[in-house]
Amino acid sequence: MRVTVIDYKAGNLTSVLKALRHLGAEPVVTDGDPAPIESAERIVLPGVGHFVATRRLDETNLTTAIRAAIARGVPFLGICVGMQWLYAGSTEAPDQHGLAVFSEPCSRFPEGQEKVPHVGWNSLAARPNARLLAGVRDGEYVYFTHSYRAPVTEFTAATTNYIEPFAAAVERDNVFGVQFHPEKSGATGLKILSNFLEIAAC
Amino acid sequence: MLTKRIIACLDVDAGRVVKGVQFVDIIDAGDPAELAARHAREGADEIVMLDITATHERRQTLLDTVRRAASELFVPFCVGGGIRSAHDAEEVFDAGADKVSVNSAALADPSLIDAIGRSFGAQAVVVAIDARRDPNAADPARDAQVFVQGGRKPTGRRVVEWAREAEARGAGEILLTSMDADGTRAGFDCNLTAAVSAAVGIPVIASGGAGTVAHFTEVFARGKADAALAASIFHFGVSSARSLKQELAQAGVPVRLPC
Repeated sequence: MRVTVIDYKAGNLTSVLKALRHLGAEPVVTDGDPAPIESAERIVLPGVGHFVATRRLDETNLTTAIRAAIARGVPFLGICVGMQWLYAGSTEAPDQHGLAVFSEPCSRFPEGQEKVPHVGWNSLAARPNARLLAGVRDGEYVYFTHSYRAPVTEFTAATTNYIEPFAAAVERDNVFGVQFHPEKSGATGLKILSNFLEIAAC
Repeated sequence: MLTKRIIACLDVDAGRVVKGVQFVDIIDAGDPAELAARHAREGADEIVMLDITATHERRQTLLDTVRRAASELFVPFCVGGGIRSAHDAEEVFDAGADKVSVNSAALADPSLIDAIGRSFGAQAVVVAIDARRDPNAADPARDAQVFVQGGRKPTGRRVVEWAREAEARGAGEILLTSMDADGTRAGFDCNLTAAVSAAVGIPVIASGGAGTVAHFTEVFARGKADAALAASIFHFGVSSARSLKQELAQAGVPVRLPC
């Protein structure tokens, strides 16, 4: 099964590609050519690092291709900064817009209570019927590393508590996002990636 | 709830694990890839691989080892030893590491931290610090001295001040080894760990001195550590990270279980 993986030069893709291959998928990487997005069966937007890196998606016109693919119902998964990009933006880079599939902005954890960044294994509370999290039991752990997070809204598929509850996963139609790193979250993470690979285009 | 991480460390030399596993009858000196997989299977939350005698000639050996270890590893994987430039870091990332740890090279040129962080994100940069208490200082733990070259050479830097600089330059985590405690199995240096953990906003991984399950409980409670590393989790009368974590859970420490 072919998966288009978008490389926007924010960190390395090796772990995501490895996990996808482990699950039997064939990742195709694009770092600027819109063709693999235009013909995509499904799309993964990984991402570690700073929100400003998503500017490259605009500069290479991949944003337009991604928007069209989402409109066609192509299953889309954003990971970490890739999830945050699905929102209106992030206070990490106020001048850089996100895709605004979700209208809220992402913002930094409040200082002074716990360490920021939030690094390590934390537990998920999944909404019933969340397709991405099918078979994931309440309280299963996944690996996070981030300082910014999305608020809990009607589209939140799973919450995690750190200082306060935030959106650990989001889904709306065939658009999915995870704040954690499924490629680094052991069996639970692989299960979630495998769920994504099984979601049909709509 | 965010859990306390138990990190398994593999010290490798020329592609072999040279210490860290005492069950020699079972695993010999050990193949790093096999041991990394085994630790992950047995419940370790993260794997750290340190090339303890990193030399230029052996660079390819290390990269091959990282590649083999990473191929079936789906927990965070940090690699250190001999990373002197952003290019060195890139090679290690390409081989499959999620984080790199830098030590001596960062002390020689602190801008290395900025450079790796800029390209790969702060979460990918772990600054390893080897510190020894300064008995002559007002606060021997807080004013502990930073050493390089496997603890042979003092740098004149104080641990808290260096940890803060590392954070300011974009380090994502601090891996703090107490040279006083290392190898003693008499417990982590909780005062040293607490001093550094209180001084920075990034996670601190405690290393050196683990001998019993109680030592882990202490370093999380009193030492304010976010994670603890053991060169061998087989030293403590527990057979795996999983059984260590089961005992920690009984003592009230939040850990990832089942795992």
